[in-house]
Amino acid sequence: MIRDITLGQYYPGNSVIHRLDARTKIIATLLYIVVLFMVKNFWGFLIAAAFMFAIIEFSRVPVRFIFRGLTAVFLIIAFTFVINLFMVDGRVLWEWKFLSITYEGVSRAFFMAVRLVLLIIGSSLMTLTTKPIELTDGLEKLLKPFSKIGLPSHEIALMMTIALRFIPTLMEETDKIIKAQQARGADFESGNLLYRAKALIPILIPLFINSFRIAQDLALAMEARCYHGGSGRTRMNEIKFHRGDVIAALLMAVFTGIIVLSRSL
Amino acid sequence: MAFISVRDLTLEFTKYDEEGRAESSNKALDTISLDIEKGSFTAVVGMNGSGKSTLAKCLNGLLLPTEGSVNVDGMDTSDDSHIWDIRSKVGMVFQNPDNQIVSSIVEDDVAFGPENLGIEPAEICRRVDDALRKVGMYEKKDKPAHMLSGGQKQRIAIAGAVAMRPDCIIFDEPTAMLDPSGRGKVMEIIKELNAEGITCILITHFMEEAAESDRIIALKDGRIASDSSPIDLFSDARLIEELGLELPPAIELRERLGMDKCVSNIEDMADEIRGRAQQGRNSFSE
Amino acid sequence: MRIEARNLKYTYSPDMPGSATALDGVSFCVDGAGIVGIIGHTGSGKSTLLQHLNGLIAPTSGDIFIDGECITGGKRNLTDIRRKIGLVFQYPEYQLFEESVAADVAFGPKNLGVKSDEIEDRVRRAIEVVGLDYEDVKDKSPFELSGGMKRRAAIAGVIAMEPEVLMLDEPTAGLDPAAHRDILAMIKRMQREMEMIILFVSHNMADIAELSDRVIVMSEGKIAMDGTPREVFAERERLTEMGLSLPLAGKLGLEISERLKDFATEALSIDELAGDIERYIKG
Repeated sequence: MIRDITLGQYYPGNSVIHRLDARTKIIATLLYIVVLFMVKNFWGFLIAAAFMFAIIEFSRVPVRFIFRGLTAVFLIIAFTFVINLFMVDGRVLWEWKFLSITYEGVSRAFFMAVRLVLLIIGSSLMTLTTKPIELTDGLEKLLKPFSKIGLPSHEIALMMTIALRFIPTLMEETDKIIKAQQARGADFESGNLLYRAKALIPILIPLFINSFRIAQDLALAMEARCYHGGSGRTRMNEIKFHRGDVIAALLMAVFTGIIVLSRSL
Repeated sequence: MAFISVRDLTLEFTKYDEEGRAESSNKALDTISLDIEKGSFTAVVGMNGSGKSTLAKCLNGLLLPTEGSVNVDGMDTSDDSHIWDIRSKVGMVFQNPDNQIVSSIVEDDVAFGPENLGIEPAEICRRVDDALRKVGMYEKKDKPAHMLSGGQKQRIAIAGAVAMRPDCIIFDEPTAMLDPSGRGKVMEIIKELNAEGITCILITHFMEEAAESDRIIALKDGRIASDSSPIDLFSDARLIEELGLELPPAIELRERLGMDKCVSNIEDMADEIRGRAQQGRNSFSE
Repeated sequence: MRIEARNLKYTYSPDMPGSATALDGVSFCVDGAGIVGIIGHTGSGKSTLLQHLNGLIAPTSGDIFIDGECITGGKRNLTDIRRKIGLVFQYPEYQLFEESVAADVAFGPKNLGVKSDEIEDRVRRAIEVVGLDYEDVKDKSPFELSGGMKRRAAIAGVIAMEPEVLMLDEPTAGLDPAAHRDILAMIKRMQREMEMIILFVSHNMADIAELSDRVIVMSEGKIAMDGTPREVFAERERLTEMGLSLPLAGKLGLEISERLKDFATEALSIDELAGDIERYIKG
């Protein structure tokens, strides 16, 4: 269901985590992901998970709200788990014809799944605690140094703002078109691959046309509201570093250090 | 000089063939002249394709005249150097509430216009809060816009225009996609804004909405077919028919009962009916 | 033709914190041709109900019977349901996709497995029923048509499936007065000529009063009222509580009767109101 996707959604609040600068959160999230791939053993995962749950606690975002986001990507996690389970060589635990499960496979599959879950929780926590506009402002500022070598940082940020804004709209639109074509007897569930691909045409064409219409309307509305590129633009809430960001940076450094140390356990 | 002054405005859309040669052209607007005074409330009506929206887009320079001129507060829309001044003075609200909201969160969207104007952050905050209070959406300021109803989204779009502190706002069929309660609320806000001195131009298919204005301009095939007070327009039933419009119910009733056009409200109508009934009884008793 | 809904319940994302009850025990029965108007505040469950009747949504509990046959049980044949019941969505012109009007209208019958020689007949008939000129529009791109014509072409796409029940979700939304009148006239004509059941959802009370033989009022996922237009619109206070109103002519009649002591009217259209007033004047 469309309402269940939490990635890219914002959960209004005023916690310490919400108040952090978007740039801090973007960099911390990237760092957390890198650290996740440095984790080697059970203890490392325990520490990484505990750290994540401490942050969730501080953010005051309900845990069930975060886990809702996981259901949408459950398939990907399950797929990764299964692939790792069967594909790793080592001490055989169970065997059936050409399938075999190894001790190493089990541990790898388990670690990969936990890694993915933490990765997704971490990045959804970033979007849940950061207003989309702050997120894109943060991104714009982080990319600013690269504009000297021709990277259009403002345009990239604006594209992200609009994409985040219109994801729900386009999802609803798609849902509506699918239902309307089903009402006209269209069948998307049976037949071979080619047949199914062809069955998508009655959805894709209206979706494209409607997206273009939305884009046209939006461009006009933006022009009417005096949008003329990034120069001379101000921001309602200028993002700024505070003391909290320094503390957050220190905590991240300590966390990274502990994980590195945990590798030798 | 009037706040907006349109002189002999003609707008041609030219269709090109595959080699880029002009194939056919079609006049969306044809020698239109009109003045809009500061503080007025003008409705623009006409069938689909009569040029209403095209005219609206000419008034803030979203479209430029092929011939003739449009002046806003003494500035020509064809003059590039004034275009942002003009658009900050003449705001616009469009038909589809979904397709004009730029940011995910309500207050960030309302701030979009003032941010483009390069206004100080503290002042933007003040304006955004003011604008949201004016449309009764202050409580929803930190909510995601896509969770709101159509009527609420349209109020956010109006707040977005109001936050730019324009002298004039053009409403291009703002109620066409709303349910009755959303429509009622939007009309209320438009009337309030007008009472506060903002010049309002309302494009609409709903005659009962047009009847709320001081002046109705009716378009047909890109030309002005009528430009008069609502009372005068709606007392010309033949013209209404010809323009593909319809009478607001109260006026249709008045026409059906053959009453004079000075019977302009329910009070008068009830008096007139009472009088006629009285008269009937008197002549009967004679 | 008979459609019956028994105690329909539907809940969005039932196990999630954001769950919402869209239908809460809806039961009704429509037996025989006629026009049924469905009204209700936004979010009252009108559109969800139509989608249930078309098999697009399966109810959380409750059953739907078409001619005595249950369509909500385990093995339901969706194509069969759609052969009998057609649903035109809101703004149906946004679902047009074929290169020509004729091809687009043929999409539905093709999906139903109608033979190709019969399809052309059906397409021609459907396009004519909605009041378009077949020869004129059949090869045109649907995107070249005007707003009102696009809407009609889209409706023709469902008519060509020749359903016994036609459901329309706000068929006049966003049209100009002339196109609006055309669509209303079209609905009336279709009902008369094809003797079908038509269910239509609208926010326009004047349209509901003018077209419907029967009005169903939805509120918070339940059927709040069910009766003739006159019966329903007589309950002004209850309608107001549900965020609904009378047709403008009805409101006007009410305002006049408040100002004239001995004048009373139940008029729902200007025609009726003018008649009532003339009778009052004559004494």
